[in-house]
Amino acid sequence: MESAEVLRCTGLRKTFGERVAVDDVGFEIAPGETYGLLGPNGAGKTTTISMICGLLTRDAGRVTLQGRELDTTTIDVKAAIGFVPQEVAIYPDLSARENLRFFGKLYDLSGRELDARIDRILETIGLADRGDERTDAFSGGMKRRLNIGLGMLNDPILLVLDEPTVGVDPQSRNAILDSVEALASEGMAVLYTTHYMEEAERLCDRVGILDEGTVKAEGTRRELISLVGEHDRLRIEAHGDLAAAAAAAAGVPGVEEAAPRDGGLDLLARDARASLADVVRAVDETGAGITSMEVREPNLEAVFLHLTGKALRDEG
Amino acid sequence: MGDAWTIATKDLRRRLRDRTAVLVALVLPFGLAFIFSLTLGDVESRGFEATYAVVDRDASGHLPAEFTALLERLDFVTLREAATEGAAESLAEDGTVDAVIVFPEGFTERVQGGRGGAITVIADPDASISSLVAESLTTSFASNLDAIGLSVALGAEAGRPTDDALVARAQAVAPVAELRTADADDRAVTQSSFFAIGMAVFFLFFAVEFGVRGLLEEREEGTLARLLVAPISPSSVIGGKALASFAVGLVSTTLLVLATTWLLDARWGDPLGVTVLVLGGVLAAVGVTALVATLATTTAQAGAYVSIVAVVGGLLGGTFFPISQAGFLGTIRFLSPQGWLMEGFQALAYGGTVGEIAGPLLGVFTIAGVTGSIAWARSRRMVAA
Repeated sequence: MESAEVLRCTGLRKTFGERVAVDDVGFEIAPGETYGLLGPNGAGKTTTISMICGLLTRDAGRVTLQGRELDTTTIDVKAAIGFVPQEVAIYPDLSARENLRFFGKLYDLSGRELDARIDRILETIGLADRGDERTDAFSGGMKRRLNIGLGMLNDPILLVLDEPTVGVDPQSRNAILDSVEALASEGMAVLYTTHYMEEAERLCDRVGILDEGTVKAEGTRRELISLVGEHDRLRIEAHGDLAAAAAAAAGVPGVEEAAPRDGGLDLLARDARASLADVVRAVDETGAGITSMEVREPNLEAVFLHLTGKALRDEG
Repeated sequence: MGDAWTIATKDLRRRLRDRTAVLVALVLPFGLAFIFSLTLGDVESRGFEATYAVVDRDASGHLPAEFTALLERLDFVTLREAATEGAAESLAEDGTVDAVIVFPEGFTERVQGGRGGAITVIADPDASISSLVAESLTTSFASNLDAIGLSVALGAEAGRPTDDALVARAQAVAPVAELRTADADDRAVTQSSFFAIGMAVFFLFFAVEFGVRGLLEEREEGTLARLLVAPISPSSVIGGKALASFAVGLVSTTLLVLATTWLLDARWGDPLGVTVLVLGGVLAAVGVTALVATLATTTAQAGAYVSIVAVVGGLLGGTFFPISQAGFLGTIRFLSPQGWLMEGFQALAYGGTVGEIAGPLLGVFTIAGVTGSIAWARSRRMVAA
């Protein structure tokens, strides 16, 4: 049966003993769409994608790839999946080219076709001139790039990346995100797990907020933000009669709240950028002098905090 | 099969780049076999030698002379003269002779008179084996005298006179026991053959273990997940590991057989028998080490487990020293595949044929089948989460 979506998973459930790792998780990914699973460590992201990739048996639920059932026993369907595990999964005593050749053979690639793909992948991941070197001589970033290259080797319909930028330097991280964007733009469906809010916001067309094994909310970034009713925050550094300035700003249409605080004003607005000019004018009319302004729009971090009552991650 | 072969060739390529692998599979067993055979082979080539002195205080009797004649017939014995017991003792003390055999005054007369007689053996404490041989020879001689005495006594009871002729006839029917030495090349397994076989069997279990703990290694390197996401059967992954192990075991053992034959002059015996036994041995080694590896959770743990099994099995199986066929050790050695392999290979080295090692073959193939089956089932559970 032909299917419009590339991946459809419904009602996924996995328990380890008494602990429920994943419960009733489901989503779909369309061709060319990048879907993000955003959640803190231990939220169930890796367990979910392990079930999707057929690495882990599931207690309940169903996974189809282009309408074809996929579980731990299926073999052929897996040929359409590219998998980039969280940890670097390469053979350190083989060269980059040998790693690619070995995994390429497992995908029934051979001869000139395999050679051409290896060259193309090495070019894509920026290792064309280091392809014949053993990977244990590579830097961490180079290993990460090869790790992703191996996932792209079979020209997958669905590319699954499990937190591919953990422990990666900013430069390599940027290169990885660029690669994922490029692949999605070419029509590849991408499932991307991360606990970095910025990555989810940059890459993902839709995001599923995962916490304690369940999807708390799902949608586009704007949908998620509107779902929880978050407002933009506007911070104005000013001097003069701040109480009068706050009262004037509160009267501007779209401004929900305004209060003097710490030598300035804090405002809540439905759309801060749209109200900005009117707010400046109102404050100016009170005689207060504005020294600086900052608009803080709500992000997925705030959404996550709102939905779960906790921060997405501990580190900054 | 194709995927398993792809995985196996990848593992073999990695193995070849790991110099310790070549060391364990080839250099170490050959080197140890060489050293052992060099060290102990020197002893073998010289053969057993002993130097004795006989003190004859029974000047009027003929029995000391008969005993001396017996010793002279033994090619490994050198006789030294000693006029007195004191002089002989000095020779034993300073290590000139390994033992002194003293016949007391009137010995022959006492024996012939049925009153018994005592032969004294004075040993050099540093020559325990030679001393034991001297004691054995003396005991054998004394036993023979007992037999003669018994024959004569029986003859006398039947009413015959106890003359010298009767004694001579008794001696004829009860000859003095003789010790014979055989050329080692005739039937015995030479030192170089024994250690070539022993080291090959011992290190076989280390040579094959890398492949079977490869599953754990793949898991630790994170590549197992990547393999299992690929469109291949989990059995191919396990099969690839087993295939690589088998190949390494087969190649290393074959090279050891050839190298020790050409360079150490080791004798392995019937080529067909050796081939079949090597195949069975490698399968058993793969099965046992694979089973042990599935009990571990890390490669380091698996390595330790396999080492324990290989060393204990090797000692039990007699890879370092020959084990007596009788007794408790002789029985329990067959609990280890190494015991069966040593039994089979030594039988072949003795000149046996493939038909004569049916027992060892049955032993190793049974162990291979049982351990391999359990290991396979456990490995399937390891890769199927």
